[in-house]
Amino acid sequence: MTGSPQAVAKAAEHLPHYVAPEPFDPYSVQKMTAEQERYYLASQWRMMWWKLRRHRLAVISGAVLMVLYGSILFSEFLAPYALNSRHDDFIFAPPQHIHLFRDGGFVGPYVLGYDYRLDMKTLKRVYTPNPAKVQPLRFFCRGDPYWYWGLVQADLHLLCAADGGTAFLLGTDRLGRDMLSRIVCGARISLTIGIVGISISFVIGLTLGGLAGYYGGWIDSLVQRLIEIIRSFPELPLWMALSAILPVNWSPLLVYFGITLILGMIDWTGLGRAVRSKLLALREEDFATAAMLMGASPRRIIVRHLLPSFMSHLIASATLSIPSMILGETALSFLGLGLRPPITSWGVLLNEAQNINVVALYPWLMLPVLPVIVTVLAFNFLGDGLRDAADPYR
Amino acid sequence: MFHYIMRRVLIMIPTLIVISAVIFTIIKLPPGDYLSSYIDTLRQSHEAVDEQKIAFLRAQFHLDEPAWKQYLYWVSGLIRGDLGYSALYDLPVSQVVGDKLLLTFIVSFSTIVFTWIVSFPIGVYSATHQYSLGDYGLTLLGFLGLATPNFLLALVLLYFANVKFGISIGGLMEPQYLDKPWSLAKTVSVLKHLWIPVLVIGAAGTAGMIRRLRANLLDELQKQYFVTARAKGLSPFRALIKYPLRMSLNPFIADIGALLPHVISGAAVVSVVLSLPTTGPMLLDALRSQDMYLAGSFLMFMAALTVVGVFLSDLALAWLDPRIRLEGGVTR
Repeated sequence: MTGSPQAVAKAAEHLPHYVAPEPFDPYSVQKMTAEQERYYLASQWRMMWWKLRRHRLAVISGAVLMVLYGSILFSEFLAPYALNSRHDDFIFAPPQHIHLFRDGGFVGPYVLGYDYRLDMKTLKRVYTPNPAKVQPLRFFCRGDPYWYWGLVQADLHLLCAADGGTAFLLGTDRLGRDMLSRIVCGARISLTIGIVGISISFVIGLTLGGLAGYYGGWIDSLVQRLIEIIRSFPELPLWMALSAILPVNWSPLLVYFGITLILGMIDWTGLGRAVRSKLLALREEDFATAAMLMGASPRRIIVRHLLPSFMSHLIASATLSIPSMILGETALSFLGLGLRPPITSWGVLLNEAQNINVVALYPWLMLPVLPVIVTVLAFNFLGDGLRDAADPYR
Repeated sequence: MFHYIMRRVLIMIPTLIVISAVIFTIIKLPPGDYLSSYIDTLRQSHEAVDEQKIAFLRAQFHLDEPAWKQYLYWVSGLIRGDLGYSALYDLPVSQVVGDKLLLTFIVSFSTIVFTWIVSFPIGVYSATHQYSLGDYGLTLLGFLGLATPNFLLALVLLYFANVKFGISIGGLMEPQYLDKPWSLAKTVSVLKHLWIPVLVIGAAGTAGMIRRLRANLLDELQKQYFVTARAKGLSPFRALIKYPLRMSLNPFIADIGALLPHVISGAAVVSVVLSLPTTGPMLLDALRSQDMYLAGSFLMFMAALTVVGVFLSDLALAWLDPRIRLEGGVTR
């Protein structure tokens, strides 16, 4: 570029002023592709879903959890036996393996019946599969009658043993009850306890954290101290102490709600802290001031304006704290302080696997731990994915 | 620094007072007390009720006085180092407890050290080799440790330790050292048995620690100072050691506060399974039989351990990381 400023000014003077007659359409210059348009018009939740979808492990975990939670709708149907049907002839029977082939040909799933004998030296029950006792499994069959959700009587099962045969796919316990059926039915309690518990802790955490974060001042310091005190208790001994004071004469259902209440009451602190710190930052934003100037009540500001902007984070952190509740229930029931029979949860089932003899002699009694591990892992992975997806604009 | 410490100590006192009140309430909440259920059991088995003993226990527990007075008696006893009287064991609590508190402390402390030793290299490795096979594998392993109920892990390990290595089942020492004064041989025996509970309790906390260290280190590795250090030719290893690693060490100290309650919780259940002579099994017994002084003292000890641990970790953090300002705004 050369030339003095005067020369430049002179050149501009001679340039004719030009205005295009037709109306200007900004999209004529840069047209958004359909995909871009879709992206820019998408709502926040839709974008979060797109982002979550890329986290493959989280999606798989979500699917696993959906299957697990779906199964509790049909527990009685999925279980091959009724929850409490005893088989006195098959106490501590090991799992029966499913076979598909016989004499080189496919014959469909069947199990081999057991020959039972008492080892007179060790007084141990010995079950040996008898190759002559072929017991094909039946599907969609009539089996033990049950009350579906305690309301409708039915006897349809997904899978049952052959007539006169047995199908203990995961073995039996000390009363000859089928472990698979008990695990399937235990899911109902174990899985819901996390959800109910987290709902309680969500409500408490939102309320107290919201109050502390919005009002600040002495309410804030009070809630802060409260959180600090609760957090300085070791969780489990506190749970133990609290569940030890649940009256013994309470019905199992009341105990169930008592335990979830206890789990939720201790667990809210993390959530409460998150809500508080987010609110402290957000209430200084312009949109909060605008709402306040327009005369919105504190409750409306918190619920309508502030909470939605970090709800996704809260859901993610809630997902991450469900596993600790499930593990907490398992540990409490294992110690005999949590749920008690006749309620069946995975923790109650594990209560029978209390000593080393079980590991040595009846290892299948420890199988209820597998669904616990799967559930906890799935919640952790899903929570991880949700946390990454919680802020889709990044 | 001195002011900061003083302030923290002063905050600790009301915290402990509230904790003691909460514990007292929890223990007093269930209807009835140890004594009435004790008398009931005696009556049911048609044994003679020793009126003298009952009277002694009533006086010990101040059962005829209002609850707030009982609380004051208990707290003032705690301050004087008198832990009260255990009805369940018919002994003063301090004698029942014996060196259980010390063993609880040893187990907790070793577990935290174990968590550090394991999670440090794994965390650094998975951060520097993000999304590699090793990262995925180790992360999965950590998650498995998190997801397995630790009492079951304890059972299985116990079985294998017994069958494969022939270590005696459970406990923290060979039976002959029980109730013996501390000696070199007893210490060695404790160390030999310590690894199972430490491994089991540590398994859960390790995963969380690895995740946090990894996340922190990943953040630091993207910062400009690290890029600069690499650009001017520092070897990757030296660049890592020199700067980002120091930054990401904070969670190790800061997380003691979060880790400690978990460790103590984990220890409570695991020690029931492993029948460790720590506070866990005894707490369980005491809670079941409403032996309030015993249970209360245990809970109080655990809570106090946590409060003091958090305090110490805050101090260490302030000492290690000069970016942390103690007196907010004063130094500006």
